[in-house]
Amino acid sequence: MKPRWIIPVVAGLVSGASISALAATIQISMENLEISPAEVTAKVGDTVEWVNKDVFAHTATARNGDWDVMLQPKKSGTLVLKKAGTVDYYCRFHPNMKAVLTVAP
Amino acid sequence: MFIRLSAAVAALSLLSGAALAQAAKPSDPQIAHIAYTAGVIDVAAAKQAVAKSTNKDVKAFAEDMIRDHEAVNKQALDLVKKLNVTPEDNDTSKTLSKNAAAKLDELGKLSGAAFDKAYVANEVAYHKAVDGALETTLIPSASNAELKSLLQTGLKIFQGHEQHAEHVAAMLK
Repeated sequence: MKPRWIIPVVAGLVSGASISALAATIQISMENLEISPAEVTAKVGDTVEWVNKDVFAHTATARNGDWDVMLQPKKSGTLVLKKAGTVDYYCRFHPNMKAVLTVAP
Repeated sequence: MFIRLSAAVAALSLLSGAALAQAAKPSDPQIAHIAYTAGVIDVAAAKQAVAKSTNKDVKAFAEDMIRDHEAVNKQALDLVKKLNVTPEDNDTSKTLSKNAAAKLDELGKLSGAAFDKAYVANEVAYHKAVDGALETTLIPSASNAELKSLLQTGLKIFQGHEQHAEHVAAMLK
């Protein structure tokens, strides 16, 4: 069982919107050209937030072409997961940075 | 094809054989100078490509090289300042710069698709050679832990660029 970093969507809870309260935000860091954790499990509706701690620009690019998130140096980028499945992704600028995102329905 | 391949092999052996073998056991100030020079060389090559190429993938790759290597070199400068180390010029740096100047000249005479292919092929060979030097000589020889750690990040950057360059080379075929 891989660890799963979950931060409840506080805004949803506060406003009392029960549907969004179920969604989680999962943080994945990019530091020293490593994606961590390299394997993450999430659910459709969750948000993934990649936190780029490097001074280099990175991307989170799905091999299947579904998404391509640009991550400027020292900035974050998010993606709301819409489709179930296992997606291999990598950084287009540094293809040695690789990870897997498994999205449950 | 054979000409290109042998040119790449020659470039590689020039770098890894002659130039980098001279630094059997370089000192930290020499290592800092070599690493910085290797970055400056790649930025200069990329600037030439941005100016000469009309291929959008090649230009984008070259812009990535400028951005990353300038970022690494800024970190390197910050580190040497912090450590109060003055980078020391040495035969390896000199040979690297001399070879790079000859390569800029050679590529400067090409244009269009011939330039793109030669630039990207050289980027693959160059990054491979620098990876080898970092792994076998520079990282093991570095005595300061922060310098070693920066070189290790540099190695990952260079390995990433090598794969990126290979990808661009495949698209040009």
